[in-house]
Amino acid sequence: MTTDVLNDQDSHGSDHHDDSHDHGKMTGIKRWLYTTNHKDIGTLYLWFSFIMLLIGGALAMVIRAELFQPGLQIVEPDFFNQLTTVHGLIMVFGAIMPGFVGFANWMIPMMIGAPDMALPRMNNWSFWILPFAFGILLSSFFMESGAPNFGWTFYAPLSTTYSNGSTAFFVFAVHIMGISSIMGAINIVVTIMNMRAPGMTYMKMPLFVWTFFITAYLLIAVMPVLAGVVTMLLTDTYFGTSFFDAAGGGDPVMFQHIFWFFGHPEVYIMILPAFGIVSTTIPAFSRKRLFGYSSMVYATASIALLSFIVWAHHMFTTGMPLFGELFFMYCTMLIAVPTGVKVFNWVATMWRGSLSFETPMLFSIAFVILFTIGGFSGLMLALTPVDFQYHDTYFVVAHFHYVLVTGSLFSMYAGAYYWMPKWTGHMYNKTLANWHFWCSLISVNLLFFPMHFLGLAGMPRRIPDYALQFADFNKWVSIGGFAFGLSQLIFLAVVIKCIRGGEKAPAKPWDGAEGLEWTVASPAPYHTFSTPPKID
Amino acid sequence: MNKSTEQDKTQQEQQSDAVSSKPSNAKVVKKLLLIVFGMFGFGFALVPLYDVFCDITGLNGKTNEVAVEYTADGIDTSRTIKVQFITRTAKGIPWQFEPVINEIEVHPGEVKFVKFYAKNESKRDIVGQAVPSVSPGVAAEYFQKIECFCFTQQPLKSNEEVEMGLQFYVDLDLPKEVTTLTLSYTLYDITGSTDSSS
Repeated sequence: MTTDVLNDQDSHGSDHHDDSHDHGKMTGIKRWLYTTNHKDIGTLYLWFSFIMLLIGGALAMVIRAELFQPGLQIVEPDFFNQLTTVHGLIMVFGAIMPGFVGFANWMIPMMIGAPDMALPRMNNWSFWILPFAFGILLSSFFMESGAPNFGWTFYAPLSTTYSNGSTAFFVFAVHIMGISSIMGAINIVVTIMNMRAPGMTYMKMPLFVWTFFITAYLLIAVMPVLAGVVTMLLTDTYFGTSFFDAAGGGDPVMFQHIFWFFGHPEVYIMILPAFGIVSTTIPAFSRKRLFGYSSMVYATASIALLSFIVWAHHMFTTGMPLFGELFFMYCTMLIAVPTGVKVFNWVATMWRGSLSFETPMLFSIAFVILFTIGGFSGLMLALTPVDFQYHDTYFVVAHFHYVLVTGSLFSMYAGAYYWMPKWTGHMYNKTLANWHFWCSLISVNLLFFPMHFLGLAGMPRRIPDYALQFADFNKWVSIGGFAFGLSQLIFLAVVIKCIRGGEKAPAKPWDGAEGLEWTVASPAPYHTFSTPPKID
Repeated sequence: MNKSTEQDKTQQEQQSDAVSSKPSNAKVVKKLLLIVFGMFGFGFALVPLYDVFCDITGLNGKTNEVAVEYTADGIDTSRTIKVQFITRTAKGIPWQFEPVINEIEVHPGEVKFVKFYAKNESKRDIVGQAVPSVSPGVAAEYFQKIECFCFTQQPLKSNEEVEMGLQFYVDLDLPKEVTTLTLSYTLYDITGSTDSSS
């Protein structure tokens, strides 16, 4: 049970300390500003990330509109660069990461039988600094110099010597996002280590909890490196240091090494929780236990460990000794092994299961197939000799959108539909939800699949114009993009309808679902597990 | 913080019979914060580590940054290496900067002296710094500079011109497959950010 910061000052919240379950909420905006309740904070994170998804998506719509036909029609090249940069930053740091933290906040305490997160007030803080971070980032659009235009990877010297003046805003925004992520991660680790219900041993934890436990460690390990590298960027740009400035004895390539030392674990930060979610939903709708639970745990841990020694596969073309190229190539290919174990286990879980295809299951199956396609194109990119052809083309764009959109985002949709009855107390509108799925599935493939071929044919990424031979494919890609963007509005409609009403959801709406979260009522009471449940 | 820690303690006491000896929240947080600060430091530690790594592997075509003594054991006349010189001025430095000769043939172990010409074509005094890079990268560690204008800064007054020397030799251990070396200099304007130490 947690205390409210404002207890002493606020009369109507006078008695938060007892065990009754239905009060403790303040009214109006204060409830959300001052809340230390993990469910409230989880909701805030989820809404925030969805809003960011829509903003980042709107930027992508402008990008696709510009690329609808060759030539320059809508935006100036410099503004195009700002769009691609901020689209990437918003989606990575604003949509995917906070989205998963939202799931973690909502579900981890309920899954391990804890009354709340271990550090509830820090939890409040780690959410509420996020809107400021993105406010700072987005405000740069309205300034004379414009938003960051150096790519979401902010390579020096583009972000130092050739910056348009947005570097300081960018750096401070990233610092705040980093602090938020680190606090969130510390909170999750402490919660999982100290707040598990009696009898909940580590190897009895639901896999989602495990994946987030490992993700949190990754965050704690690499977000400070990101903070370090943006700090170097800041001092290089404004205080005359030369970390990345060759004129002063620095090295711009070193930027890429440090950035990707953060950057590669970062991509697993964005996918490991997705593994956790589908490892929850697939068994539920296959009505079988997850195949190979402990191998899943070890596979997740090995992926996390390997992620620290593969970073230079992002920079094969920078000129590396042959030994380095081979080392990073083989290490990268090694990651396919634990990932393959996971895909095998999901398929084996479905094998001879009693399957039903509710919306979460549809998204989960799409996840398994499409994420695997993204994984395979990743394997192709890992091969040093061919990477020289694929590097910085649309093939790369296709690859990471398959793993991040049809991977991470689809898993979040699977999770959202799966737990929405628990969150809202109502079943979502199944017809509308299935429309959301099928529209998304078709449009997302129309959007990203042709990009593979564009990339193989040599279309470079991050350029507002292209050669005429790419025109037809780009037209289809753009149409897919607009359709996918619109499809996400269906999800918004589903969520709003589901919050407002709908079929009353029982405590456990899915007959195959397992876990402590289904032992409490739907919607989940404001305070759950004030007395720890007994686990045998 | 205190209040919630207390509560977490009671929480923990309730659970302690079942799950034995969990460390307190504060302890875990302290340990995790140590990792956070450690990794922040590690990010900066990568800077010197990277230089060491480059020195060892010759990554990025980095050559020696301070003068070396001639230590080669004789001259290998059986091999002839073509050394090409390229110059480039970075954005915003109005100098003319070029090699006096564009390429030279050397035997491994043989010392050569070549000159580079620079002229400040602007109306202001500028301090320049040339930064060398050797390609192919694997050959960088075998290209030894005994004397180089790139070891120091080059202050040139308005319209002043200068010929700058480079004395070098190619190491005998240069890999067999390398027959051509390209030495590229990029000239930067470091007026204002000069310090006396270098």
